Amino acid sequence: MTITRRDSFALGAAALGAASIPIVGARAAVDDVPTADVKTPEYKIEKGASLHVIRPAKFVDPDQTIWNENTKKFSEKTGIEVKVDFLSWEDLRPQLAVVANTGAGADIFISFGADPHIYSDKLVELTDLADYLGAKYGGWYDLALLYGRKWNTKNWIGIPVGGGTGPVMYRKSWVNEVGYTEIPNDLDKFLDLCQKLQKNGHPFGMSLGHAIGDANGFSEWLLWTHNAFVVDEKGKVALDSKETIASLKYATELYKTMVPGTLTWNDVGNNQAYTAGQIGMTFNGVSLYFTLLKSPDPKLNAVAADTFTQDTPKGFSARKPQSAAPINAMLFKHSKYPNAAKEYLRYMMEADQYGVWLSSCLGYWCQSLKAYSKMKFWESDPKLKPYSGALDSPFYDGYKGPISASSAAVIANYTVVDMFASVVSGATTAEAAAKQAARAAERYYKKA
Amino acid sequence: MDATTADIGLQRLAFTRKPDGWVTRLFDYKPFLVFLCMLPTIGLLVVFLTYPLGLGLWLSMTDATIGQPGEFIGIDNFLYLMEDPIFWMSVTNTIFYTTVATVGKFVLGLWLAMLLNHHIPFKAFLRAIVLLPWIVPTVLSSIAWWWIYSPQFSIVSYVIVDVLHLKDHYINFLGSPWPARWSLIVANIWRGIPFVAITLLAGLQTISPSLYEAALLDGASGWQKFRRITVPLLMPILAVALTLSVLFTFSDFQLVYAITRGGPFNTTHLMATLAFQRAIPGAQLGEGAAIAVSMIPFLIGATLLCFFGVGRRKWQQGEAND
Repeated sequence: MTITRRDSFALGAAALGAASIPIVGARAAVDDVPTADVKTPEYKIEKGASLHVIRPAKFVDPDQTIWNENTKKFSEKTGIEVKVDFLSWEDLRPQLAVVANTGAGADIFISFGADPHIYSDKLVELTDLADYLGAKYGGWYDLALLYGRKWNTKNWIGIPVGGGTGPVMYRKSWVNEVGYTEIPNDLDKFLDLCQKLQKNGHPFGMSLGHAIGDANGFSEWLLWTHNAFVVDEKGKVALDSKETIASLKYATELYKTMVPGTLTWNDVGNNQAYTAGQIGMTFNGVSLYFTLLKSPDPKLNAVAADTFTQDTPKGFSARKPQSAAPINAMLFKHSKYPNAAKEYLRYMMEADQYGVWLSSCLGYWCQSLKAYSKMKFWESDPKLKPYSGALDSPFYDGYKGPISASSAAVIANYTVVDMFASVVSGATTAEAAAKQAARAAERYYKKA
Repeated sequence: MDATTADIGLQRLAFTRKPDGWVTRLFDYKPFLVFLCMLPTIGLLVVFLTYPLGLGLWLSMTDATIGQPGEFIGIDNFLYLMEDPIFWMSVTNTIFYTTVATVGKFVLGLWLAMLLNHHIPFKAFLRAIVLLPWIVPTVLSSIAWWWIYSPQFSIVSYVIVDVLHLKDHYINFLGSPWPARWSLIVANIWRGIPFVAITLLAGLQTISPSLYEAALLDGASGWQKFRRITVPLLMPILAVALTLSVLFTFSDFQLVYAITRGGPFNTTHLMATLAFQRAIPGAQLGEGAAIAVSMIPFLIGATLLCFFGVGRRKWQQGEAND
């Protein structure tokens, strides 16, 4: 099968925009979420309450439409007016900083990753709500516990709403061709697979350029598979280690098998190359699969049929060495209607609302509460499976240290990514790069 | 009304006129009036120029992050930058980028301007077309260049490999430091040529054709005409265009950020992109501001160099050319 340059051009453009996926039996009543019998907390709603909610822009259409429908249902039921703003991802953090520092604006702010920890002193504790939800819905995943609670305490400062992850996505026929039935967990075998894929002209490809999601995710995977980490439990930089050097050396070997140009890829680089059939394996979110599946082009539907997914190889790690990008709801102390806000969050996280929302997003978002993993839609397509466990991981940006602004800065400045990029390209040695990156990371950790 | 009554009226007016009040006298006082008329401008400059610049200076001496106002830490940020190899790489990159791109733009721009100065068919149309790279929003043309330089989908590679069969693999334009830098410079030159060409064309059109005719009668060669007539008379406008162009190039952001984001491994960062990278996505406002402030001496230096190095003419002092 060949896809011309022009085809892939159009595809790349399509992949840049949010793909639209159909809603499969979404709005039906949710009856596939096991719940425990727990007394619902009763929040005394303030008189004349109204709420302003800010959350990240939609991934896919249902993300926004169902969220709005649920909100409307809430308003009708309680009489509380709720205004929801969907903010583009780049604008989210600056706006959050303004809201937090001026003490005015949104009551509830849903944002990425470390934010509840950065603004913890400005947030209302949500322990009662989180404990209730956890008890009712089979408990929170590890990543939800890490991001939702203040470091080393049981005090909740955010309600983890969900997250997304990027497991291995590969062309089954090409992987079978070189003698593998699935993606091996062993690093040597994984390298062997990549070498063979390259020999057959279907190489592995993953960005080590300035791609905020892909490149950081990939370099974290390289670190964690080798038991290396940026900081230790106390938040002291521990990047300059023999494990890091081993991972750098492994990355160098792996890089030789990759398609050329991965150092320049941004976040759509691997999507484009995979769609065009120039790579046979990558790590990616489910969006790529759905773009292929729902394409009007039968050639791409065939690619989707041949596409399979699996958790990223474990290497020396005991658990899946991959994080997810969780979104957490924060309730600000400046809110005049904290009880109304808690009631809103409770309502949105309950099965009748959350279940519909989650199943309509089809793997773009993954649940933070374990009971939702039992929903039938996860079984509707075996390729969704690795996405259902996005938050079932002990790994996070800045592992093993406390979640803080520092870890976010290391990610945003591509400190670890550039360490790998400079070594795999032969610009510097593994030892020198590890020292340099550790020094750069220390700068951010010292400030916190 | 006849003449007499009008006279009386005037006289009465003159007699009844009261001595000027202090408000009137104040407004008749020239220095005050001048100050008053300048107030709106001063206000605008203070609000939109002095304040942001001052804030930038202040931020560069704090450890502010996005979300935290930060504390005064003196020149700590600058001391850190002094030891930061990435910062120094961005400085050398910026100087290299500015120098090479400016030379490229002026050589090609001057050449283009001289071509357009001839009587050619569709002159107006061609001149309009030349401006296109300058008119298209840079972010759009940057994305076009990003596709051109793509390791997988480059049209250039496609032509070389799949059409002409000159090479057997696609070119990795942005994958290693030097090719990436040159690629960015080419894109910058492409974008900057129209500005130079059109400005110099305007300059060329002010040169009287009679000078060339006189030179022709004296038997001057083409090179001599260029060297002795065109260049000296073009100098004033060249100096202005050069200054502006150097400033634009030095503080370029969009091209680099859209095409490489400073990658691979920070080797194509310019000071402007590094400042943004550290300050906004990286949330280290203070450090980002310090990088931005570090650009100021370079910018002043570059401006002075262009202004006094290239155009040592009396017009700069407000006198006529001789």
